[in-house]
Amino acid sequence: MSATQLPDQGVDAFVLEADGLAKSFAGVHALRGVDFALRAGEVHALVGENGAGKSTLIKVITGVYRPDAGTVRLAGQDRSFRSPLEAQSAGISTIYQEVNLVPLMSVARNLYLGREPRRFGLVDPRAMNRGAAATLERYGVRVDVTRPLHTLGLGAQQMVAIARAVQSQARVVIMDEPTSSLEGREVSTLFSVIRTLREQGIAVVFVSHRLDELYEICDRVTVLRDGAVVHTGALAGLDRLELISLMLGRELSAVRAEGATAFGTASHAAGADARPALRAENLDLRHRLHGVSLDVRAGEVVGLGGLLGAGRSETAKAIIGALPTDGGSVDVDGKRLHRRNPAAAMRAGVVMLAEDRKAEGIIPNLSVRENIVLAALPRMSRAGVLSAEKQDAVVKLFMDRLRIKASSPHQRVSDLSGGNQQKVLLARWLCMNPKVLLLDEPTRGIDVGAKAEVQALIDELAREGLAVLLISSELEELIEGSDRVVVLKDGSVVGHLDGDEVTEERLLHALAAAPSDPARGDQDPDSGSVAAASGSIVAETAAAADSGDEEQKR
Amino acid sequence: MSSSTLNRTLPPGPAAGPVAEPQQAPTLRERISYQVQRRGALAVLVLVAALASGLSPTFPTWSNISSILGNNAFVWLLALAMTFVITTGGIDLSVGSLYALGGVLAARGAQTGSWLAVLLPVVVCAAWGAVQGLLVAKARMAPFIVTLAGLLGARGLLQAITNEGSTTYLVPQGSWFRDLGQGTWTPVLIVAALFVLGWLLLERTGFGAALTAIGGNENAARLLGLPVDRAKVLVYLLSGTLAGVAGALGGSRLGSGVTTIGVGYELTAIAAVVIGGTLLSGGFGSIGGTVCGVLLLAVIHNLIDHYFSQYGSAFTDAVNGGFLAVVVLLQTALSRARRLG
Amino acid sequence: MSSITWSPTAVGRDRLLRWLQDYGVYGALVILLIVAVALNTGFMSASNWRVQLFQLSPTLLVALGMALVIGTEGIDLSVGAVIALAAAVIPLYIGYGAWPAVGIALLLGAASGSLGGSMVAFAGVQPIVATLALMIGLRGLAELMNGDAAKPVVDSTLLSLGENSALGVPVMAWIALAAAVITGLVLRLTTFGRQLVAIGDNRPASRLAGLPVRRVLITVYVISGVLSALAGALIVGHGAEADPANQGLNMELNAITAVVVGGTPLTGGRVRVLGTVAGALFMQLITAVLTQHNVHASYTQIVEAAIICFAVYASRERGTR
Repeated sequence: MSATQLPDQGVDAFVLEADGLAKSFAGVHALRGVDFALRAGEVHALVGENGAGKSTLIKVITGVYRPDAGTVRLAGQDRSFRSPLEAQSAGISTIYQEVNLVPLMSVARNLYLGREPRRFGLVDPRAMNRGAAATLERYGVRVDVTRPLHTLGLGAQQMVAIARAVQSQARVVIMDEPTSSLEGREVSTLFSVIRTLREQGIAVVFVSHRLDELYEICDRVTVLRDGAVVHTGALAGLDRLELISLMLGRELSAVRAEGATAFGTASHAAGADARPALRAENLDLRHRLHGVSLDVRAGEVVGLGGLLGAGRSETAKAIIGALPTDGGSVDVDGKRLHRRNPAAAMRAGVVMLAEDRKAEGIIPNLSVRENIVLAALPRMSRAGVLSAEKQDAVVKLFMDRLRIKASSPHQRVSDLSGGNQQKVLLARWLCMNPKVLLLDEPTRGIDVGAKAEVQALIDELAREGLAVLLISSELEELIEGSDRVVVLKDGSVVGHLDGDEVTEERLLHALAAAPSDPARGDQDPDSGSVAAASGSIVAETAAAADSGDEEQKR
Repeated sequence: MSSSTLNRTLPPGPAAGPVAEPQQAPTLRERISYQVQRRGALAVLVLVAALASGLSPTFPTWSNISSILGNNAFVWLLALAMTFVITTGGIDLSVGSLYALGGVLAARGAQTGSWLAVLLPVVVCAAWGAVQGLLVAKARMAPFIVTLAGLLGARGLLQAITNEGSTTYLVPQGSWFRDLGQGTWTPVLIVAALFVLGWLLLERTGFGAALTAIGGNENAARLLGLPVDRAKVLVYLLSGTLAGVAGALGGSRLGSGVTTIGVGYELTAIAAVVIGGTLLSGGFGSIGGTVCGVLLLAVIHNLIDHYFSQYGSAFTDAVNGGFLAVVVLLQTALSRARRLG
Repeated sequence: MSSITWSPTAVGRDRLLRWLQDYGVYGALVILLIVAVALNTGFMSASNWRVQLFQLSPTLLVALGMALVIGTEGIDLSVGAVIALAAAVIPLYIGYGAWPAVGIALLLGAASGSLGGSMVAFAGVQPIVATLALMIGLRGLAELMNGDAAKPVVDSTLLSLGENSALGVPVMAWIALAAAVITGLVLRLTTFGRQLVAIGDNRPASRLAGLPVRRVLITVYVISGVLSALAGALIVGHGAEADPANQGLNMELNAITAVVVGGTPLTGGRVRVLGTVAGALFMQLITAVLTQHNVHASYTQIVEAAIICFAVYASRERGTR
């Protein structure tokens, strides 16, 4: 469904080529003989599951890593970049998923960092501020450019990063999940920028797992799986399900029937308990959460859906008290949780698996054993002295049950694979005998096999009576794993999906519709004729998909 | 020129209006904390100076003020150096020892010629700073430890070249080098000029922007293509050089290379910088704030000398310590409020 | 996201450096002893060792506390000032007896530690600044309390603590040894010890795991303060005088050096008690050997500086202050 069909260009129009790139980290093959070719003026999608090698490929191309084998050619010439700076000077500009700017510095300074406008040899702050305001205005961002970057919302910050990357003499612009913090209008703006780049003959590499966006803007696609290229070609002829099955390596029919994840298809028989295991009411946190309420019953998996920046992680952290709130309450099994800090939450039976296991999960230099028992240390000691037997018993129990692969319980946890680290963290929380389990991106960045195991485990835990809150950016995981979905947007709850309503289409629809959109109430999602009043790309795509129109030009 | 590249690839402007609510309006707390951080030291300085002038007739006299300025000016250069280093998120504990080393080298050099009196400390201390910078940037060692070792090593070197402190080199009378350090105006002008240059360097050059970026988000700075390693080496080189220059000028004022001087000067410099509003964690540096910080500490010292002279320098230390603690607590509390809100 | 080149040689070098960090100090100690004895066969005499132990013990006590603080990714610059404070306080209360006087000194050490620890734990002030403020302030306070001159101390209990030996080994060395053993056991076997290590390795994760982060942080600074005060009491007893202006000077540098050379990383998460003992011993012996062979104090200092650099390089510290 791309807007323009490019005339077939000759081989000499390749602006960027990679041949046989290979890269390993400590024995793990992140890239295996990857060939990649990018033509001038094309928008090339790069897709794959987490751990497929997308970000490694980008880092190798842009000089962050040096490849173990293979070559990179820019406009026909062999180039090997020793640093991102070199790649940048050669014309390869990168926009990262995390806003890689300096939060304490002003917006204007961030935009011009490294190439400040000068007057008499010195930086000219007035020209800088004027230029920054003008640039951002064109991107639809009107802000005080003299204030620090961190005062901007995530979406606006990303626009600043995009404006900066596009500024330089780029021949190739690589965008790594650029829309993860953008909402409808911003996405449209981004797409206009991309189209302009294409017209100017600049090549764009677009990494995303948002299939609708890919089909909207990209011409060609390269699919990575387990470090190797499994498909390269035009996007137009590729069916969505085909694409998914290529990414997952599963048979088309299997994907259609079983879904894309290891979650069972039967929904968990949530008891008709009147009292939910967890009830959060009117959680308020200035600028981040506005009156968020949700409840989870024992034996139920409630998904928390939303874009990046919607407040999902904040909600989970607010519930266990890792973030202080300005208002709201949390009840566990009907009992009010008065003191809100992680220790108190744990005592009440609520535990959370944090999103970033490296920063907030594992204690890297400690052993598997110590990581598992970390939260339960007080229960394993008498008068402060630890009991080795108790620890050993617990550790063995969970290493077996979760099938944690380690050379021994004393192995350093940082040496384990991502999947096993995640299991260690799950063991840490499970050995606290919790009633409520908050999972923030439990399968992020882990290999396919471990991912399936974790998903199956979540299923099992819910069946055993645990109340589970599941946060996931992977739509299939969220849809297939949850009995109900609460949809968050910009810190507020904007929708609930229950039972049969839990579908990808409905979820995207709920995400796309603005909270005050009057049309939302009386729409029939099944017919697909969604009003374009909200101005979102997704809505347009859905409409276009049905009517077969060209996408509407703005 | 950036403006042309700016406009090069822009779309004609998105049809949709500006992004809704792209920026949070500053809360009251945020505005207060912003003002306190930027102007707090100045406000306290004015307050203390006003109080002092009110309570004591001798304080606001020219002889008192000129002695405050003249006696301390050169040491303030250490705080200038420290501002740059702390802005990058690092620290330089060696400046006190380099100050002493600079003085001794200058005195030794002055005996051969005034030019050597300036050149010798600059070259040696710059080299010392560069080595420290290399260890921090290339060997990725913690600045605290590297400059701690530098503190010890420079002091050791100093002792070695003065026969374990027994030799005191004298600066010959009548040389223009000796004149540099005399009186009030020459030192103040030299130091003021260096502070102004320092301000320009930090606020109006690419180098200064790079330092601030490194302190704010080093990873991003690297990815944005800034020459991080080079900037780090240069900032420690700068710090060492300034310390050496300060020491040389100090030696000129004292008339000799005193070997026991400079102990603990780095701590006072850190205190002045932090009190002035520069963030110890890096990412925000204020030369103006450092000026307020050094003046404030000097005024306090002066007052204590005057009123509590019977207690000696111990009282100054106690007060300084308490003061630093209060300022830092305030800074931290306000910056946390800002981050949460 | 740095440009690390992962290659077999890099991994090998990694492993070598890690081994160096863990065991280098023992090797260096052995080599040093061999060299020392070769240069002077009298080095192994009991009288020489007694001298070394007298000088080593206070430093070791302080270094143990420092190691715990560094284990939480912190630092305690106030240890020297606490020694000065102890030296100032003891003569004031010695009239009530040695134990009460020392007790009060220890109490003040604990108070200083809780002040510093609270600033770090509750107000989020960086340890270097918080303890810097204490360092400057407390030493001033100590000198205010004491006046300028050093005061002679004649209390027999205190003097015997500082001067006597049991089984040929100085009493203060026994005390330091006991402290080392207790510290090692606490770190290995108690909830507090494991929590300390976890907090130093990854504070946000520890917080989310419900660990009592604040309580642990304050406690380590209190321990450091108490150990410093104890070291101060021993120094006073040994020298038979209380001299706040000069006692405890540079103690923070010596303690940090011992800890770092012993292989405890400044970034926290790992505390090597045995390494700290070896590190303190190593630095003491190096100074002794160099001094005994009439090497100028200045060169000794330069050598110390080089050793610190090398120890840190081997431990591959990155970035943090």
